[in-house]
Amino acid sequence: MEQFDVIVVGAGPAGNAAAYTLAKGGLNVLQLERGESPGTKNVQGAILYADALEKIIPDFRDSAPLERHVAEQRMWLMDENQSCTGVSYRDARFSQEPFNRYTIIRARFDRWFSEQVKAAGALVVCETTVTGLLRNDTGKVIGVRTEREQGDILAGCVILADGANALVGSRAGLRPEIDGKNMALAVKEVLFLPKETLEARFNIGGKQGVVIEIAGNITHGMAGTGFLYTNKDSIAIGIGCMLTDLKRQQLTPGQLLEGLKQHPAVAPLIDGAEMKEYSAHLIPEGGYKALPQLVGDGWMIVGDSAGFVNAVHREGSNLAMTSGRFAAECLIDLHQAGQNATAANLSGYKQRLDDSFVMADLKKYQHVPDLLNDQPQFLGLYPRLVGDAARQMLVVDGEPKRAKQQRIMAQFRDKRSLLGLLGDAYRFWRAFR
Amino acid sequence: MGLARLLICISTAVRKQFNNSPFPNIVHAMHIAVCIKQVPDSAQIRVHPVTNTIMRQGVPAIVNPFDLFALEEALRTKDQSGAHITVLTMGPPQAEDALRKCLSYGADRAILITDKVFSGADTLATSYVLASALRTLDAQQPLDLIFTGKQTIDGDTAQVGPGIAIRLGYQLLTYVSAIRDLDADARQIFVERRAEGGVQVLQSTLPAVITMLEGANEMRFADMPGMFRAARQEVERWDREAAGIEDIKQVGLKGSPTAVAQVFGPKPRAVKAVRIEGETPAAQAEAFVERLFADFPQLEDALLEHLDQLADLGAKS
Repeated sequence: MEQFDVIVVGAGPAGNAAAYTLAKGGLNVLQLERGESPGTKNVQGAILYADALEKIIPDFRDSAPLERHVAEQRMWLMDENQSCTGVSYRDARFSQEPFNRYTIIRARFDRWFSEQVKAAGALVVCETTVTGLLRNDTGKVIGVRTEREQGDILAGCVILADGANALVGSRAGLRPEIDGKNMALAVKEVLFLPKETLEARFNIGGKQGVVIEIAGNITHGMAGTGFLYTNKDSIAIGIGCMLTDLKRQQLTPGQLLEGLKQHPAVAPLIDGAEMKEYSAHLIPEGGYKALPQLVGDGWMIVGDSAGFVNAVHREGSNLAMTSGRFAAECLIDLHQAGQNATAANLSGYKQRLDDSFVMADLKKYQHVPDLLNDQPQFLGLYPRLVGDAARQMLVVDGEPKRAKQQRIMAQFRDKRSLLGLLGDAYRFWRAFR
Repeated sequence: MGLARLLICISTAVRKQFNNSPFPNIVHAMHIAVCIKQVPDSAQIRVHPVTNTIMRQGVPAIVNPFDLFALEEALRTKDQSGAHITVLTMGPPQAEDALRKCLSYGADRAILITDKVFSGADTLATSYVLASALRTLDAQQPLDLIFTGKQTIDGDTAQVGPGIAIRLGYQLLTYVSAIRDLDADARQIFVERRAEGGVQVLQSTLPAVITMLEGANEMRFADMPGMFRAARQEVERWDREAAGIEDIKQVGLKGSPTAVAQVFGPKPRAVKAVRIEGETPAAQAEAFVERLFADFPQLEDALLEHLDQLADLGAKS
């Protein structure tokens, strides 16, 4: 039977970061991926956060397939079908090297990342699904079982980077099964446009790109957000909502996406574009409170599989890569010290996470999922009221401005009472402080 | 001769040189070459609306599905009587992925014949390169059988397999649906060949080129050791020189007399559908046949003539 120092299950950002770091650290690594090639099962918007990758592959910019660097960020509040209230932030410093954020196409990026993993010395085997974990009499995980004949493989430690579904850990009883209230379901299309048309529509040139994050009633009051990112010659547009909300409202994400595409603020931007890719994916947005146990005897969980997603800031792949790197660094330390991957020894991984932005950010927003779950007015009512207020102030019709203001305030009080408004302000502050 | 549906033909052609092995009477593990091609997955291909050319961008590359039937048949031969399987392809560097896939299923050796001068090859130039490489391979370890798919899904010509056989002077067995028997010692093979109207059972001597028909078998699911071997094993790269190619004028674009004169898509015809009326199915069928004969009188004549001939034949036998 084959024996490795470490088996990494999954070839997304977390798994690739772990496998790359381990291989560079001189460990004998096997990475198993169920997709035909790395990237075929992976879906993201997608924004690449340079910092997290830089700490793994410092010169990634020389060879990675990057689409555009983010030169401008827009935040839009959209209602179902009429209005859009937005702010945009463009900063000349965003267009100075080294760039901080890039749009990427994951199918290409993941293939590149996997090439780096192979070049670093890891053995990558695709089209192979891990169906279970092997354990010894003490319960320590000592390897994996795959669906293939003669498919058992031994390892000193198994890193579960198997993504949002977290099937391997769940089936092995290492963690509870994923819960719909902690899961967003997002759908996305990639729409192709001639480069010149795209750049004219978004007022960008060179390698500049625009990122639009979208909230508001476009999600029909459900907890969720939309996005629109510019690639070289395509636009990625998507929307996602919490699974339980979608189930309750009997809406499909596809319907929401259609609504977003037909919205008057979006339709002209994507007019005439050709849809070439359609995908859907789960995003674990339960945050800090939904994190499972992260280490045990012979195993660790990283990335989406653990639920490392900062839904408020639309960050995930950077947390994934960082957690993968931490898991690898912990194992390299143990390897050099000649120590085994016991639960106690692997707590070094947990410690690294605690000392970093990963846990700090997750803790900061730990109340947000509950807030949005229990207080849907933040996603439905308020964006609508803000939109209404803007419209009333901007329509010039001979009515004095003070009278408009008073009416707007009355509408706020009417919809949500003064006490409710104050309570919401407190809740909002508490969740985001 | 009656109207027998099963034709049995015996191929009696005997190859001049009985065996390439220096010890023809000593039983050796057979050496089987499988020629494959990496092709764009035609299920995901689109045609450019203006130029009518294939848009390959973003289309995944796969092993030509017909070639997988060839590989599986070679693997079954290996399972039964032992054989060394060399899989080879001519293609760009990324065709290595296709060869690795074949290694995972159980091929023993993989050779990528790749050189810039090969690009733009039609079937004539391709079969020239493959035949040269196979000759080189044969010199290393004598070949008994060469398997390939009946055709590729991107070119659809079914010319390269026969081209190789002719160039090498091997027996050619096309559209083979099953191998009935293979006797390596007697240097004989019995195969079933799908032909119009029936199945031919052919006997031939080795070495032979076999082009496999779809559905002849089902590709196995690679086991884990196979996956490891595919991930680790070196895929040999042969350039023009290594493949033993002397005449550079016969490879690549230079060696390709085929020119695409025009590419066009079938245009939808502006004809309205006609509903054939009739009380009963039989009446509908009759009305349909009458309509056909009215539109195509020559069809009626030809059909009647054919029926007369059949009647004559029936009377004679």
